[in-house]
Amino acid sequence: MSEHEYTPKSKAGKWFNDRLPLLSLANHLTDYPTPKNLNYWWTFGGILTFCLITQIVTGLTLAMHYIAHADMAFDSVEHIMRDVNYGWLIRYIHANGASMFFLAVYIHIFRSLFYGSYKSPREIIWIIGIIIYLLMMAAAFMGYVLPWGQMSFWGATVITNLFSAIPLVGEGIVTWLWGGYSVDNPTLTRFFTLHYLIPFLILGLVVLHIWALHVPGNNNPIGIDIKKPSKDTVPFHPYIVIKDGFALLMFIIVFAFFVFYTPNILGHADNYIEADPLVTPAHIVPEWYLLPFYAILRSVPDKLLGVVAMLSAILILAALPWLDTSKIRSAVFRPLYKQFYWILVADVLILGYVGAMPAEGLYLLIARVATAYYFLHFLVILPVLGFKEKTLPVPMSITEPVLGGSVNMAAARSKESSRN
Amino acid sequence: MRNLFWISLFFLLTTNFTVLKSAEKEEYLKTNWSFKGIFGKFDRGALQRGYQVYTEVCASCHSMKYLSYRNLAEKGGPEFSEAEAKAIAASFEVTDGPNTDGEMFTRPGKLSDKFVMPYENVEAAKAANGGAYPPDMSVLIKARSGGADYIYSLLQGYVEPPEGTSLDEGVYYNKYMYGKKIKMASPLSDGIVEYSDGTETSIEQMSKDVTTFLMWAAEPHLEARHKMGFKAIVYLIILTILVYFSMKKIWSRVETEV
Amino acid sequence: MSEKKTNRRDFLFTATYAVGAVGVGATVWPMIDQMNPDASVKALASTEVDISTVNPGKTITVLWRGKPVFIRRRTSEEIADAKSVKLEDLKHPEKDEDRAKNPEWLVMLGVCTHLGCVPLDQKGDYNGWFCPCHGSHYDTSGRIRKGPAPTNMEIPKYEFVDTNTIKIG
Repeated sequence: MSEHEYTPKSKAGKWFNDRLPLLSLANHLTDYPTPKNLNYWWTFGGILTFCLITQIVTGLTLAMHYIAHADMAFDSVEHIMRDVNYGWLIRYIHANGASMFFLAVYIHIFRSLFYGSYKSPREIIWIIGIIIYLLMMAAAFMGYVLPWGQMSFWGATVITNLFSAIPLVGEGIVTWLWGGYSVDNPTLTRFFTLHYLIPFLILGLVVLHIWALHVPGNNNPIGIDIKKPSKDTVPFHPYIVIKDGFALLMFIIVFAFFVFYTPNILGHADNYIEADPLVTPAHIVPEWYLLPFYAILRSVPDKLLGVVAMLSAILILAALPWLDTSKIRSAVFRPLYKQFYWILVADVLILGYVGAMPAEGLYLLIARVATAYYFLHFLVILPVLGFKEKTLPVPMSITEPVLGGSVNMAAARSKESSRN
Repeated sequence: MRNLFWISLFFLLTTNFTVLKSAEKEEYLKTNWSFKGIFGKFDRGALQRGYQVYTEVCASCHSMKYLSYRNLAEKGGPEFSEAEAKAIAASFEVTDGPNTDGEMFTRPGKLSDKFVMPYENVEAAKAANGGAYPPDMSVLIKARSGGADYIYSLLQGYVEPPEGTSLDEGVYYNKYMYGKKIKMASPLSDGIVEYSDGTETSIEQMSKDVTTFLMWAAEPHLEARHKMGFKAIVYLIILTILVYFSMKKIWSRVETEV
Repeated sequence: MSEKKTNRRDFLFTATYAVGAVGVGATVWPMIDQMNPDASVKALASTEVDISTVNPGKTITVLWRGKPVFIRRRTSEEIADAKSVKLEDLKHPEKDEDRAKNPEWLVMLGVCTHLGCVPLDQKGDYNGWFCPCHGSHYDTSGRIRKGPAPTNMEIPKYEFVDTNTIKIG
């Protein structure tokens, strides 16, 4: 992994390292040359690692008190909230932690979209990231079912019913998922098992994500390839560690504010009513982080096609490295892409908004337009833009001031094309 | 790019507020809740009076199955003295057992007992109330999107129905209820309870007291949470400042802005 | 770089580390404390037992805090036996009077002090209790006489509410 050979100074260290090169790994991670111009949008990788670990630790402690049984789940959550020492704190961290995790992951994804971090040679990092994102959604959804409130129950019913859209085998798959003829105790216990498993799968994928990152090294705000190590880089420790730490603390302050002062604002009141298979709440809305996809689902009037559209909206991201034909990574040098980027951000926010609204009248119309635009962006605008756009001159290195003239751009481009 | 943060924050907040709004039809009545805000605490007097309103008025139909009598003496709650809480518990008949003869028996309540339920089960509760289940009140405030304001308003929301409203037998008009029709008759009337501390027993006052009590019941650690939150955030700000200056120092070795 | 500057930098870093460490400690504590007995468990600290039906020479076992409590109505021979033992002969010297406030009634945590098994009644070399797990012998006062257990069986806090009722805890 490391570019240079590392030998531990102490004899014992050398003995150990020859058998298991953990010290080499630690050395690689400390010395890892990082572009020195990374801005704060790059700190979200570290923040996400923090989120994952927080969710795992609080989740493990909650699992020591939670009872995965349809008759006792709701009671056991109340027991945690009332009687378990610091139970309320741990549960509120876990519940709000999910939202903070998604907030961070969306910033992380949109950072990648802005600076073209998904482009060659970082496609594998990107695709692993999309898989992590999918697993996060699965974990969040199943976690939301566990308190066995009204939203848990009906959310589980609605989401599992998506599978019934599959022709021929759909109904069978849904019955299989439920372990019965409706969402009930067997569903709850298997969701708990999977909710417990998935974070560890995510953890494994995060290791791969970082490993894959360390092969080409970080992208950077100006999106050019840099020599490593060089004047353009700083060692990960202490420079990036302290910067990530600073950003993380800012993030934790926001997080703490939610946990201590508005712990239920991101949830739904209906989930404090115990699950009742006879009564559906008046407004079935997923958690905020799933709303854009929920809007896409509802904007298609056909059951099967709605599900297909929703899944495509996520899976299309995996094809992004090939849909974006531009050789220039960073939006800083792509004036047109930059504008389309912000339109996409607005589009997703609008989808999120209409996802929370009733699917009727004007809202439905807006949802349809926004859905169409979402696909248009990825399937038409991005491929065409790569050929049509007049990009700005790209500097040769981070330390050099930005140089005008087409020479640099041509150089950067020829460098890019020689790679492919 | 910085806008992204604000946009996402805005998005985060608005979506939730709008969700709430769509469920609201009537503006809720407002009052000064002592438990709101960063330093919010419960008003002990209101909690104790609210408990009295609950036991004397609500408890005949509404259970509070997650509360125990010991909670009444716990810190951050009504803070009855241990002796008072024991006396309250002992005033209830609790079914226990089976004894050595295999039979259930009743005994006076203990601090560790849960609040005695008015009905054996949900079906019995429905049967006694014209088919409508009087919801358990343990987490009621958190289970209604309007929260404390909603319950406070609902208790005072029994008004003359507008003309042309037809109400079935056992159905009442309440302008804050979802759909404006409710199966609970107005539970409070002036002077229905007698406060030992001499506070006047107007519907408004009782509504406020019992809502405060329900808020505590739903969120018994609210005071501890507010207190810990303040300490945590002050601590985080101090640490952030220290880390900021450490970062500036470290990065001063390279000629790049952080 | 001047020496003064170095010192200030060192101080800043030390302060940052120290403050950070405090925070880590404060965060770890709730995660540890959540495993301690919770409020509902602590509330069940006492239990009342009706002893009116226990005849001399009989033991009843009740559950208190998830553990068995032996309540034995001792015969006069057993009491005499327990009282006659010389303190020097005991591994863990305790007078019988200190263990049974009312000599007729021995109230004792039925847990072997070796590794926590429940000893058997009226067994062993001293007519008291015998632990089947690793062979500890207890006498009629529940004192360890032979075997690996280090101390006598524990006496919980209890009181006679009236002649027929014992409150444990």
